[in-house]
Amino acid sequence: MMNRKEFKVEDIRKDFPILKREVNGKPLIYFDNAATGQTPQQVIDVISHYYAHYNANIHRGVHQLSQEATDQYEAARQTLQQHFNAKHPHEIIFTSGTTHSINLVAHGFGSILKPGDLILVSAMEHHSNIVPWQMLCETTGAVMKVIPMTQEGELDLQQLDVLLSEQPKLVFVNHISNALGTINPIGVITKKAHDVGAAVLIDGAQACPHIKPDVQALDVDFYVTSAHKMCGPTGVGMLYAKEQWLKKLPPYQGGGEMISEVTFEKTTYADLPHKFEAGTPNICGGIAFGAAVDYMNAIGFDAIAAYENELLAYATKKLSAIEGLKIYGTSPNKTSVISFNIDGVHAYDLGTIVDKLGIAIRTGQHCAQPVMDFYGISGTARASFAFYNTKTEIDQFVTAIERAKRMLS
Amino acid sequence: MTIETVQNNIIEEFSMFEDWMERYEYMIELGKSLPLIDSVYKTDENIIKGCQSKVWLHASYDNGAINFTADSDAIITKGIVAILIRVFTNQSPDDILASNTNFIDAIGLKEHLSPTRANGLVSMIKQIKMYALAYQTKHQS
Repeated sequence: MMNRKEFKVEDIRKDFPILKREVNGKPLIYFDNAATGQTPQQVIDVISHYYAHYNANIHRGVHQLSQEATDQYEAARQTLQQHFNAKHPHEIIFTSGTTHSINLVAHGFGSILKPGDLILVSAMEHHSNIVPWQMLCETTGAVMKVIPMTQEGELDLQQLDVLLSEQPKLVFVNHISNALGTINPIGVITKKAHDVGAAVLIDGAQACPHIKPDVQALDVDFYVTSAHKMCGPTGVGMLYAKEQWLKKLPPYQGGGEMISEVTFEKTTYADLPHKFEAGTPNICGGIAFGAAVDYMNAIGFDAIAAYENELLAYATKKLSAIEGLKIYGTSPNKTSVISFNIDGVHAYDLGTIVDKLGIAIRTGQHCAQPVMDFYGISGTARASFAFYNTKTEIDQFVTAIERAKRMLS
Repeated sequence: MTIETVQNNIIEEFSMFEDWMERYEYMIELGKSLPLIDSVYKTDENIIKGCQSKVWLHASYDNGAINFTADSDAIITKGIVAILIRVFTNQSPDDILASNTNFIDAIGLKEHLSPTRANGLVSMIKQIKMYALAYQTKHQS
């Protein structure tokens, strides 16, 4: 894919056909990017091309189509390997998404953890990075403790040190909080955890649309993400794990693709990465995931981050000026996510009115009930911006909020 | 008044509104003005959990009819709650069970009954019918 020389949002918007549509008779303003990102034509084309030209099952057919599909699927794996700077392609496992990736690892730790073993979770996780571990604690007798956070929505690293002195086996933290936008200091957390012998899993679902993580530099043991947050399709994601862990963990699901030999007496498992990829995978999704990463790299993550930071600063200033509006998550290290409430206005009502004005935001708990409980609120409205959003859209959003406020109060 | 008559009255009221703004302003008015539930019934037991807005529902049975009172913490939801209460309160369990909620579609508020909204309203209607079924069973035996 060609490198774009200059970041021009007007040009970028042309890549996203959905941005041309109307909602309730108004041009769509899509500010729900933290829930799912939109898909550029370049990726849509890859999906259509797959089904129109080389749809076939992979890794076993001797025929031409199967070979082409296999090549493209494995090429996508290499794209991900390079993008995340994994040491080997087989350290990239295709999954159905972040939640699947986390469950795969949690299942694997079922055979490693013993009763009384400690695992640490951060206070700002979404439910996908809490529930699988709670289930793991139920089956293994391991104990889960929470790394607390501050009012600004940052992890309390002093408390982390105290918890790490209790020798946990595993620490799991998100790279960026979906509810607050906080960027967590993953390198520091990983170093501290490794010093006491704990493995580290990072949920990168919210980070990957904004930054390019280097898994070797961060030295994380596991890094998980979803394609649909970063210009790719839904239903496909990734687990990165260090080779030593993938060798150690047992397979998650049994079936085709993941076996070497099968008899009724005994089955031997396939080599990595196939040991963890039972059944026919989301072939088209995997290939499109690779295309999405290529698309974002062609724009460049530095350019994306710089532009999104500009949007964040602009929106923060504009929204803060609205009387009675309170922003949750005020860390200086955050991405383009603004969670907020307005005095006397329920987030659900606000979301309903701005939807009528063509603006898509998320309202509610953002699947992060503990974060809402921490602030003693039932939910927030959340606007999350991507590199195809504009300051004009933010202005229109502010006008819509003012209008909703007048109607509702 | 039968459930159907009440529903037709509501449809007629809403037909006077020209656009969504007026419909919503009316809903918000309903939500604001109506005292819907005695605070002693605003308990966790009476809460119908939606992901986003909370809905409380209380039922009592008197002389062949069920009386409903309810509330919500979101004002638009509360407006719809007010309309649902108007339709279903003081009706017999048989009539409630035989009724439908198609009028919500007719007044342009169908989107609020979509499960994706997760605002407790779908569960509220289910709960209303559950009460009707419970009272029907109780008073037949």
